Amino acid sequence: MLASLDGDARAYRRLLDALGIALRLYYRRRLGSADAADAEDLVQDTLIAMHARRATYDPGQPLTAWVYAIARYKLIDHYRRNRLRRTVPLEDAGAIFAEDESAAALARLDLGRMLETLPEDTRGLIRATKVEGRSNAEAGGAAGLTETAAKVRVHRGLKALADRFAKGGGHADR
Amino acid sequence: MRTDELIAGLSLDLKPVRRGVLEGLLGAGLVAGVVVAAGVMTMWLGVRPDLPAAMRGSAFWTKAAYTVALTAVGFLLVERAGRPGSRLLPTALLALLALAIIWSIGALQMMHAPAAQKRSLFFGASYTVCPRNILMLSLPILVGVALALRRMAPTRPMLAGAAAGLLAGAAGASVYGLHCPETSAMFVAFWYSLGILLTGAVGAIGGKVLLRW
Repeated sequence: MLASLDGDARAYRRLLDALGIALRLYYRRRLGSADAADAEDLVQDTLIAMHARRATYDPGQPLTAWVYAIARYKLIDHYRRNRLRRTVPLEDAGAIFAEDESAAALARLDLGRMLETLPEDTRGLIRATKVEGRSNAEAGGAAGLTETAAKVRVHRGLKALADRFAKGGGHADR
Repeated sequence: MRTDELIAGLSLDLKPVRRGVLEGLLGAGLVAGVVVAAGVMTMWLGVRPDLPAAMRGSAFWTKAAYTVALTAVGFLLVERAGRPGSRLLPTALLALLALAIIWSIGALQMMHAPAAQKRSLFFGASYTVCPRNILMLSLPILVGVALALRRMAPTRPMLAGAAAGLLAGAAGASVYGLHCPETSAMFVAFWYSLGILLTGAVGAIGGKVLLRW
């Protein structure tokens, strides 16, 4: 290493060969044989980092301490990056899914409870038009009303709900 | 790319490394920061008007000795933090030693002072602004030191950032000492140290994010 710092390319080549072997062992032991390709990437990454920052080696210190401190840093870096890439999307997706489910379920529960405060026929009309998505004519026909009468009743029902909701009455029993 | 090809490529790119290149880099960052901080201090706060008189007394030099000693320890700490595999603890203990000495001097002064003066020995006249001013003056130095540290290899970025903050804070406090007219050692031991610690905290937080490589 000392000869390398002075610019001896042949000594440097021998050093990098030896370090490459040591680093390969180091990373393979820690990553397991399944990640041999990752280990080789880390070996190259670490060699480049050591080359770029070789001035940070203090000739008064043992070389191995310097080498393994950099190797450990690169290993931690690798773990952090991979955890982000592989597992966070899955965890996030699970969390979002669960939250969506509970929010929708709560909303359904609220809706049902709110509708129960309305008269029976209005409730049926609102459920048919707004929840099930049928037209005013269809819903009115089923209840024995004209399209206009159905529309008016739905409108009044919704307005009554909106008023109650604004006052917080819909949540009074929660 | 295959690893042996990479090694061949790297060994062709080898240029000799001058001894002391890191120290030079860090020194340059520190000096540049101190120059900026001194400029800010003269324009914003002004040098204390009684500086020549103060320089004949011991209080000024006690304060300067403390902050300059911490600057030296901070310099060693940052250099070690930038070198993978170096131990920081023995150097960090030197900083604690400096702190212990100034606290002892301050405590002795307090013990020998009349009871009515003890309060002003601790709070002085400027304790409300002192830590903040030190932090402000230290920020340009922190930038210079951090830029140098980015060219090194800090394997523990948060710790390296804290060391950079300690160095910048101590250097900033040294600059502030040319403005601040406080003479009590206890004041320095507490409020100056607080300003330096604040800068260290800023450095630690910034280092965690900015010193990765």
